[in-house]
Amino acid sequence: MIEEIGTTPEGELIINVGPQHPSTHGVLHLVITLSGETIRKVEPHLGYIHRSIEKMCESLTYRQFIYVTSRMDYLSAHINNHACALVVEKGLQIEVPARAQVIRVLMDELTRVASHELWWGSMAMDLGAFTPFFHAFRERESINEIMEETCGARLTMNYMVPGGVVQDIHPNFQKKVKAFLQLYKLKIHEYDELVTGNIIFQNRMKGVGIIKPEDALSYGVTGPAARGSGLSCDVRKIYPYEIYDKLDFEEVLETAGDSFARYMVRIREMQQSIRIIEQLIDNIPEGDFQAKTKAVLKLPKGDYYTRVETARGELGVYIVSEGGTTPYRIKFRSPGFSNLSILDHIARGSKLGDLVAMMGTLDLVIPDIDR
Amino acid sequence: MFIVKYIQEVFGAVKSLAIGMRRTLYYFTHHKEIITEQYPDNRDTLHLPERFKGEVVMPHDEKNEHRCTGCTACELACPNGTIKVVTKFDISPEGKKKKAIDKLVYHLELCTMCNLCVVACPSDAIIMAQTFEHSVYDRNLLTKILNNPDSKIMDGVE
Repeated sequence: MIEEIGTTPEGELIINVGPQHPSTHGVLHLVITLSGETIRKVEPHLGYIHRSIEKMCESLTYRQFIYVTSRMDYLSAHINNHACALVVEKGLQIEVPARAQVIRVLMDELTRVASHELWWGSMAMDLGAFTPFFHAFRERESINEIMEETCGARLTMNYMVPGGVVQDIHPNFQKKVKAFLQLYKLKIHEYDELVTGNIIFQNRMKGVGIIKPEDALSYGVTGPAARGSGLSCDVRKIYPYEIYDKLDFEEVLETAGDSFARYMVRIREMQQSIRIIEQLIDNIPEGDFQAKTKAVLKLPKGDYYTRVETARGELGVYIVSEGGTTPYRIKFRSPGFSNLSILDHIARGSKLGDLVAMMGTLDLVIPDIDR
Repeated sequence: MFIVKYIQEVFGAVKSLAIGMRRTLYYFTHHKEIITEQYPDNRDTLHLPERFKGEVVMPHDEKNEHRCTGCTACELACPNGTIKVVTKFDISPEGKKKKAIDKLVYHLELCTMCNLCVVACPSDAIIMAQTFEHSVYDRNLLTKILNNPDSKIMDGVE
């Protein structure tokens, strides 16, 4: 344990970044040991937003615990809910109607686009560009409006339930999504003009924070952060759930492993999500939006694990059931925690200014790390 | 050739900055594409979708009657203990005892608008309202009683 502030006997300076720092995107506390401007060590201190969600879930029934998980990774709330609904369905062996599966995948992909949009805006803002934030929020706002109309909320929707979705899609849903797709295609070139091609941005990103594939594997980095190193880890491709095995999309891979590669993975992943939405939006099958389930859900004794691909990586939900109405133990394997753990490894030896680029492209959501 | 590469890099950098600046100037001259909403000045025209989850309310008809039977399904479905159903026994003219709600206490300060109570209600007695400006100075004002005083259950709702 090192001192929180001051200098080490070797003359290295210890400074704190956070817990209230604009570029940590939340209450993350990094204790950084500096030698001049070179980072010697980064020590993340967690727990500022720990709400004991796992413990809370143990006292809630299988219908109730899903809504809490929207508060973990609030930017991919739908996908978190989806993972929890899937694990309950796995335990009870509920067959989800085709319509519900398509709606769920549509919502997941819309959430992924919205999450990457927000990441893109805040990423550019971390590196000193303020305008991209507004450009990103314009597109994200139209997704939020779709969510608001169909799910009733903009951020914490609680739309997925065991067996399907809460209510059918709004009559305007398809029209609105198509309007969004049109807007997105009209505006996507602005992203490249404003940020991707910008020389200042590229110089700050290229060669910064290189993750080697073997490091990504040993630290458990998943999601776009690992795919930027050429590590194939998309759960939608490797362990397909719902209808992902029938869809035509690519797993986005970059090989450089630096911050710019991780940036490009997310930019290209947005286009893949748009591709999935385009395939599904006109092909929502008729039928029930929810399977018939019992009023009180009781998972048979045993343990269950499912994983999904959130916007940040692999989210695993592990439930141990004793046969009662509430889980005996629940564990979330959150992508943010593993992705943060590699920060010390990649930051050592680089300059302090580059730390912002590394943190930005790891796409940390702090409530997801602490839970 | 180091010097040629250097000059190419400089011109490439200037070009990339000019491309970005052109986009900025485009929005500087195209005011119609601005989508800022002037909240709270636009309260009159602000339109929230009908599914928006603002707070739980209990609709009453013109005869001051609601549809709540006091079955406590909402209370059991709520993850946060937001709803408390207080029941009483009404004595009908025939002398039979009938269970009815006395008060449906709703703690807005505990509510996370998860919609589970509305989904659980078998008689559609509670719905979500589209109000969203809930700030008050006294937290006691957030504890609400959803049924109107002297309200009764609607005929035919069991």
